[in-house]
Formats: sequence, structure tokens, C-alpha cells
Amino acid sequence: MAKITFITTEKEEITLEASTGSVMQLAVDNNVPGIDGDCGGVCSCATCHVHVAPEHTAKTGEASEIETDMLELDDNANEYSRLCCQLEISEALDGLVLQVAESD
Amino acid sequence: MSDILSTDKTCVVIGASHGGVNLAFALRKEGWQGKIILFDADPVLPYHRPPLSKAYLVSEDAIDKNALKSKESYEKDNITLQLGVLVSNINPEKKNITLQNGSQQAYDTLVIATGARPIIPPIPGLKEAKNVFPLRTAKDVSNIRAALHTSKNKRVVIIGGGYIGLETAASLKKLGVAVTVLEREERILSRVTAPVMSTFFQELHTAHNVPVYTNKNVNAVITNNEYNTVSCSDGSKYIADLIIVGVGIFVNKELAENAGISIENGIKVNETACTNTKDIYAIGDCTYHYNPHYQRYIRLESVQNAVDQAKVAAAAICGKNPVYNSIPWFWSDQYDIKLQMVGLSTGYNEVIVRKEAKENVFSVWYFKDNELLAVDAVNNAKAYVIGTKFLKGGQKIDKTKLADAAVVFKPNNLLAEE
Repeated sequence: MAKITFITTEKEEITLEASTGSVMQLAVDNNVPGIDGDCGGVCSCATCHVHVAPEHTAKTGEASEIETDMLELDDNANEYSRLCCQLEISEALDGLVLQVAESD
Repeated sequence: MSDILSTDKTCVVIGASHGGVNLAFALRKEGWQGKIILFDADPVLPYHRPPLSKAYLVSEDAIDKNALKSKESYEKDNITLQLGVLVSNINPEKKNITLQNGSQQAYDTLVIATGARPIIPPIPGLKEAKNVFPLRTAKDVSNIRAALHTSKNKRVVIIGGGYIGLETAASLKKLGVAVTVLEREERILSRVTAPVMSTFFQELHTAHNVPVYTNKNVNAVITNNEYNTVSCSDGSKYIADLIIVGVGIFVNKELAENAGISIENGIKVNETACTNTKDIYAIGDCTYHYNPHYQRYIRLESVQNAVDQAKVAAAAICGKNPVYNSIPWFWSDQYDIKLQMVGLSTGYNEVIVRKEAKENVFSVWYFKDNELLAVDAVNNAKAYVIGTKFLKGGQKIDKTKLADAAVVFKPNNLLAEE
């Protein structure tokens, strides 16, 4: 079981628990504002953009090339950016804090 | 707006796929306080359709793994799902709809998100043939999976070399099935891409031992006790234990048409997704809508269009003045190739291909004179986002620099000099 906290653009904190699936699906299934996941999790739409809390980047690892490319021209992207459809939930993500990115 | 804060109002949505479901949640987000009721003939909790011809087809997953939203999220937002229910009539004067069982549901606002259905062409013998399937619903996929499971020889013929047909071919090949694709036109994807893309995908499938034959006009299907024989007008014949048909769609416009709503190549809507009939909106694949970017009416079969029109309609219903001006985007996954497309290439008169150093990484840029119309990016998300930026911003591109892979791929490096 992993506890994951989303901080929305309205500064609301939403903590959710799950043991499988993607972080995007967890957010979508719980109506976390700002995480749409329109493409269903295949890295095609970039509507699940989050910033990983800087102290938690070791939990998530680095963004893949396609994530970086999809976000390259996004004004709200930074070094902590991830597309959370690419984050698979496991024990390793327990305690993770994610800031939902603003959208253009 | 007092209307949206009223708890007495009811928004009825016909169709609970990408469009209808997103509309419902967007409506809540916009502050709609009344009832929201979604109807769909499909009995399954609404699901993502694109994976049906891709990963889902060859997985053993149950469809709920592909759900658009969890059951709980509908409950949380107080959205009522009426699944497995067929709507038979819309009465705009009385502002109600009639269900197949004869009961009626009143509405204050109605959203038509009825989508489309696959065309089964009137080829002699096709309807009577064994194991013939379209691919649009979860049920279609479970039928295909079941037929494959029981088929001894597992020879599949796919009629239609469009995205559905090609994705299905790529997916089935992963299962070790013998797949053949038959395309009526002289090249695959001819309606939507340049010849260079058709050639690329033709070769891709050939390299994976999936023969793709063009100029194949299927004119008869003959079925015996064991298998079907698919015959083409050039005399060629293909044996098929299963036939999958992916030759296009019919818009589900009949409910709207019978209610007197304006129809033109689909349900005609304005820039706020409103039909010509008061308090009736339409969104998604079923709409014929104005695109300000391309300055013409278009009909699109895509997730992007369904989702974006849903958001626009929800805002409009809640008294805002949104305008639908999205630039269309699409994607297709076949084997290890990720194709991302942005824009509409119709009307192009020049194509620039940019090849990166890595194999199978390139992009195709469609221009009408100096105006960029669309980009097809193959394993190249960078090209996709750069293309999107240029399409949105409208800056002119230096085509020579674009074609030169030695020029670092950044928007500023590609700008045409004024």
C-alpha cells in the first residue's frame, strides 16, 4: 500500500491510497482536479503533469525521454516534472507528494 | 447563473463514452448543482476506446481496468449512470426523451454524445460469414478474443487499412496470429496521411510478417463449414477464420435527425457545441462543428475532440461563453512505433520530412504554401510538441532548416526570417 498526496493548484491537499495501477489512474478515479489523463495513460496527451516534491525524486526516478519531450515546451515544466501516468504505484512511492502542475 | 445553482434542473446526456462522461464531470466542475443523468446502450462502465485495438485487445484484462472513471467517482460527483439503456426518441417541445422500454425522462438541458457505429459494407456473403467483427466496443473485443480462443488455425483477414485495421493487425500479430490486411485504395491511410507515411507503415507491417495488400476491393465472402474465403475483384482470395472490418463509421445522428435538429455530415453545432435547437448540445464524433483554426466545418473521430467539446459544452451550459478552437490531435501505437499527429493535413501541397539520427524517428510536416497544416511525428514527441507550438502560434517556418537534421530541433531555430 502506498499513500500519495496531491497538492492541487488551489492548494488543496488530497491524500489517497492504492497498491497497484498508475498514479494518474488513482488521481482520475478520485477526481483530483487538474489530472485528466485523456489518453488513458500512454504518454500522448500530457494532461497528467505533476511536479514531484524535490525531496522525493529518489522515489520516482527520472522522467523518461518521451515525458521530457512532451513537456519540453510547456511553460510550467521544470526539473521535477513528470507525467504521472508513467508512475506505477508500489510500496516505493509510499509518502510521495506531488504538486499538480498548472496547465497552459 | 441561477440556473446552474438550481438543484431542480436536470441535464440528460445521451451517450456515455469519452464525450458524455467528460461532459458530466466538467459540468460539476463548472458548478452545475442539478441532476446529471447519463444514458448509454453499452452496459459496461464507460471505458477508454483507443486501447481496444491496441494493448487491451491482446491482454487478458477485464474492461474495468480501462474504465474512464471509477464507479465511486460517479457517486462522489452525484452523476447517475443508466447503462444498457437505449434511448428511442427526443422530444424538444416537451423537453423529454423516451427510452426503449417506453418510460420518459424530462430534461432542462440535453447533450447528445451518441458517437458513431462501424460500417459493415454490403459485400455479398459478409453478413452471413463466420466470425465477422467490427471493433468499436468492449463487447466486440471480447467476441474477437473468444473467437480466437476457439479457432484452430487463427487466420485473420482485416478489411480496411486505416488506423483501426492497422492497430488491430499489429496487436494480433503479438499473439502469433496470421494476419492479412486488405485495403481498397492504392495505399493505406490514404485519406489521412501523405504517401511517405503510407509507405512507412506498409513496410513496418511487412517487416512484422503482416502482409498489407492495397487495391483490394473485397467483392464476396464465401463460407463453408470450416472457414471463410474473402474474394477480391482482381480474383485474389484469402482464407479467414476471423474477419475484422475497419472501413469507417456511420454517425449516430438518427435521434437528432428525428427530433428535427439540424444535420449536415453529422449533428451541426456552433462554436459552443450547441445545436440549432434550444437547450440541446451535441459533442464528439457525432458532431459537424466549426473549427476556427482551419476556418471550416469538420467532423472528427477522436478522443481530443470529444473531451474538448465536452468541456466547451459544459461551460456553455453553465452560462459562460467558451469557444471551441482546439487544434486536433491523435495518436496511434503499432508494434514499437508511436505515432502522434497534430493538426489536419487536408489541402496540403507540400510535405517536408525531417529524419533524426536514430532509426525510425522522424516527422512529416504538411504545408499549404507557407502555412503549416499538420505534423505526423513517428517516435518523436519532440516534433509533436514543436509542431503543436507552431500550429498554435502561427509563426512561419524555414522549411530548409526544418528538413536539416543538423539544425538543433528547437522552435527558435526553425523560424523563417521575416
